[in-house]
Amino acid sequence: MNIFVLMKQVPGTSNVKMDEKTGTMIRTEHENVINPLDENALEEALRIRRAAPGSAVTAISMGPPPAARALREALAMGADSAVLLCHRALAGSDTLATARALAGAIKHVAGGDIGAHDIVLCGERATDGETGQVGPMVAALLDVCVATYVRSIRLDGMGAAEGGDGGDAWPAVLVERVVEDGFEQVKLSLPCVITVVKDINQPGFPTLPGKIRARKAEVRMLSHEELGLDADAVGLSGSPTRVVRIFRPSFARNTALHVQDGSGAAVDGFIDLLADRGLV
Amino acid sequence: MDVQSGVMIVGEQRRGEVHPVTFELLARGRQLADKLGAELSCVVMGSVSASASASASGPGLGLGLGRSAREIIERGADVVYLVDDPALGWFLPRLYARALERLIRSEMPEIVIAAATTSGRTLMPIVAAKLGTGLTADCTELDIDTEERLLLQTRPAIGGNVMATIKTPQARPQMATVRPKSARPLPRDAGRVGRVIQVRLDEADCGAAECAATSFGARREHGLEAVLGSVRDTTQEVNVQDAEVIVTGGKGLKNKDNFRMIEELASLLGAAVGATRDVVDLGWISYPHQIGLSGKTVAPRVYIAVGVSGSVQHLAGMQTAETIIAVNKDKDAQIFKVADFGIVGDLFEVVPEMIEKIKNRPATGR
Repeated sequence: MNIFVLMKQVPGTSNVKMDEKTGTMIRTEHENVINPLDENALEEALRIRRAAPGSAVTAISMGPPPAARALREALAMGADSAVLLCHRALAGSDTLATARALAGAIKHVAGGDIGAHDIVLCGERATDGETGQVGPMVAALLDVCVATYVRSIRLDGMGAAEGGDGGDAWPAVLVERVVEDGFEQVKLSLPCVITVVKDINQPGFPTLPGKIRARKAEVRMLSHEELGLDADAVGLSGSPTRVVRIFRPSFARNTALHVQDGSGAAVDGFIDLLADRGLV
Repeated sequence: MDVQSGVMIVGEQRRGEVHPVTFELLARGRQLADKLGAELSCVVMGSVSASASASASGPGLGLGLGRSAREIIERGADVVYLVDDPALGWFLPRLYARALERLIRSEMPEIVIAAATTSGRTLMPIVAAKLGTGLTADCTELDIDTEERLLLQTRPAIGGNVMATIKTPQARPQMATVRPKSARPLPRDAGRVGRVIQVRLDEADCGAAECAATSFGARREHGLEAVLGSVRDTTQEVNVQDAEVIVTGGKGLKNKDNFRMIEELASLLGAAVGATRDVVDLGWISYPHQIGLSGKTVAPRVYIAVGVSGSVQHLAGMQTAETIIAVNKDKDAQIFKVADFGIVGDLFEVVPEMIEKIKNRPATGR
């Protein structure tokens, strides 16, 4: 059983520069960190590995060479191996082009197609783009089930040796999804993609043995060519969307400004406004 | 393929009733369709079995979704597609995606819009990936570039510090999710006419549907999913999105104890309590109260912001409020740019005075 964790590096600061021409983020100038929810996904992967002995956790990311550092951190936290999708042609990817590359990497690592018992985990969204689209898109491209906004995961229907309840049913997971008015309990067959929320666990820290191992471990570099993807399917050229304008919004209204001056007039004006709307 | 035309919105239902976010989407969709001179259609997927006998006699006469189809037309749609199957009573991503993908392939709309809810944000990426087209998440503005006949999809970007406008130049349809409460529904127009078309899940969809509707383990088949249960969790429920009045506190309150002032003011006004991301991150109040890009979008009649500086990420979540009132000690604070009524002053002086004056008002029948 392979457990894949999709990890995005996001800017550690909120002060981000844009490339005005392409409308994409300039990533290299910033101190990048692992998207916090992807750390929750990794923690959950490690937990599932403990429950399902013999499974392996692979961290996958896409980005320029310095992104290998984030993957090394994932190795130090306990991932068994790490893959970095890295090529000039991958730059400028939108969510669909990103999902194509990640789905390709999963198939490649799994030996052609995702395995019958495999699970793909990632954060429900990244703190920079906040789209939450890549997880479900990867599921669609792999043609497997997806559960989003998941706060707990339990293996189900697997033999005891695989960490399940020993029942004779077929492999599945039971998850709880957080939705607008509560939560849903969902059962989905493996293989599947699961996107997690912050509440699912408390991510651990790199251990000393982990750090030592991570230093020696290899971050495997792959390009789209090795995944069998055309350059036209990935990167900016494989992205159906284009950012055409970046701007600071103006929400301007005609503001009546009152200075609190001790006369009580400002608050009286406020009360009149509320009274006018029937609120007091 | 250059025959795509029309705007399609993906409505939502909860337990057999059309969810009001559908009417917000209709308002958006109507505006876009009018600019394009195109039809507006609305898809609703769900199970109308409870009202099937009634709606069989004709759209608009039944209960539940059948009755809602009439309202969907009155609020802007030209065509309503009702995709009705017992298996669609719950949101099952693969099944919903198959049904929507098939409808898009047969109807060929040029634009497809859904709500940025937990289901819309799951369904749309699957369908977009299957169709190989672009999708923009969480738009706060949609417009048409009439020269190029392209959808302009505007959303906050980079942690909400700036806005980005995105196009899908070639791929079709152009797809977007929009934030709930970022548009106002159109009033009902009883004179509007439209068509209601019943759509059945086809054989391929139903293979999965059957399994989903019956017990999950009944058939061993690749790619099954089932909702086993759903729990309403009222402890998580905060009514900010439905509130008529919201009082929001920001970092200017300095600590958790002072934040109680906001709660007192809110309770006097029968208002919901909102908070900025900073305040939630500091643990002064729970996440369901968070308003802004990474929290909830709200459009109340009156929004009162106290000690809120007005980051773009916050403004994106509340700028469609009817009346915005702000209290801040910095006269140059961003929040005043969006406010209708601003008080420049120390909130520790202003808010107690507000509370006192509201309490001392003669009771004139609210």
